[in-house]
Amino acid sequence: MLEYGWDAGVAISRFLDGLKAGKILGVRCNVCGRTVTPPRAFCELDFKPIDAWVELPDTGTINTYSICYITWDMKPLRKPQIPAVIEIDGTTPRAGFLHLIGGVKGSSVESIRKQLRVGMPVRAVWRKPDQREGAITDILHFEPVRGRRR
Amino acid sequence: MSERVAIVGVGAVVPRPQSRDASHREMIFDAATRAYADAEITHHEIDSFISVAEDIHEGTSITDEYVPDQLGAVLKPVQTIAGDGMQGVAVAFALIRSGIADLVVVEAHCKPSNILRHGDVLEMALDPVYERPLRVHPHYIAGLEMRRYLHDTGTTEDAVASVVNKNRRQALANPAAPYGGNVSTSDVLASPPVCEPLRSLEVSSYADGAVVLALASEERARRCPKPVWIRGIGWASDSPWLARREWSDAVYASLASGMAYQMAGIATPTEEIGFAEIDDTYAYKELQHLEAAGLAPRGRAGALTVAGETRREGRLPVNSSGGSLGMGYCFDASALYRIAEVTRQMRGEAGRAQIANPGSGLVISWRGVPTQTGGALVLGSH
Repeated sequence: MLEYGWDAGVAISRFLDGLKAGKILGVRCNVCGRTVTPPRAFCELDFKPIDAWVELPDTGTINTYSICYITWDMKPLRKPQIPAVIEIDGTTPRAGFLHLIGGVKGSSVESIRKQLRVGMPVRAVWRKPDQREGAITDILHFEPVRGRRR
Repeated sequence: MSERVAIVGVGAVVPRPQSRDASHREMIFDAATRAYADAEITHHEIDSFISVAEDIHEGTSITDEYVPDQLGAVLKPVQTIAGDGMQGVAVAFALIRSGIADLVVVEAHCKPSNILRHGDVLEMALDPVYERPLRVHPHYIAGLEMRRYLHDTGTTEDAVASVVNKNRRQALANPAAPYGGNVSTSDVLASPPVCEPLRSLEVSSYADGAVVLALASEERARRCPKPVWIRGIGWASDSPWLARREWSDAVYASLASGMAYQMAGIATPTEEIGFAEIDDTYAYKELQHLEAAGLAPRGRAGALTVAGETRREGRLPVNSSGGSLGMGYCFDASALYRIAEVTRQMRGEAGRAQIANPGSGLVISWRGVPTQTGGALVLGSH
């Protein structure tokens, strides 16, 4: 069976270390002025090393989402998974973060669509510190921030 | 349209058995940064990008989709060649000759250290019905080929071992060669058989690496500081079946070098090729490839090697960089490491590994077991 053990590299390793510590880290390029997460060692537009690391809040807004009633291997799901692109607060718009939405009641399209919308504020729900392993799943999901409007 | 094409920029990271401090994308970014600085170009000026990569080496499907960022190729023409590095260079050459692009970048990289068992990858390359069920490590294909080559040509096992001795010793003068060493022919012959007659020290060791080359049309190359000209290029693939192979001859390399020589107007390669970087993934391959490229009469490459004629100081220096035996085996990036070394030699930038008056250089590449695919490139300074 084919198996791989990928070297995460400078940028992603530091990002994963941050998640283990309960922090979302991003990077900034001083040429284009963008701040993005997940971080990378270089700016893909200006083709230069990034200039600074920044600690970001664990809040953001929903850029786009989908309500998925099949698992990755095509088994039907009663309670859907909701993958979403989250724009983390403090990053440049459209520099998103892929994760899941949780904390939503019900399982029908109608009930979920009443609770979610593009542009809605969300907050990370973390694993307990002793259960984190330096992985993207150290954040369990993002959930809507009730009563916060923008 | 440009009649002539030059290599104008070379950037490479030093090959290493492990590279845990950098992702392959970070290594490519490093190699590209070096290549663009070498050519005195910016990423904005590059017209088209080619990456040489195999999904099964990456552990990621459509790995080509991940190419643009680390080359500065976002929103530019990008394509991936899942083949030998020379095939990537051939596509870049064609893009320039056809007038589609003036400045093209070719990238190849490898992270064997991230593949837990490379034998599994090689096995997946075998025919699932006829060949895979036998469950033998695919090095056996090299063992079969080596035996038939020795049998048909009368080449001795001593001569094959002397390739290892030469290349690893030559690697000592190359700071970018992790496997330099003083390994005698008796050390090689005493090393354990892997797939006999192939011995463990005759198999090049893996290395992680990344190489980026920039190629340009004649007009564009004139604005770069150190162009080295492509005089000829060729590539060929033989039928894949193991049971119906030629085995003793590297026919693909004969055809590829013939194509390159014809383009270069070379009638007598022994007189017109000054030095060579030749695939030596397995030590016997250097001898077989030298003969296929017409640089030694059939069955004579071994004796030439034993006589020292292919040493850096010899009549026809071969793998003065150390080759794959000295620098490490870098999958399809091996061809680009060989090309990078020829380019450095022609520019006089090879340091302690420098060949005096190198003349035109030849590269022979091979895609590795179980393939019968390889390429040839002739580079000249004018």
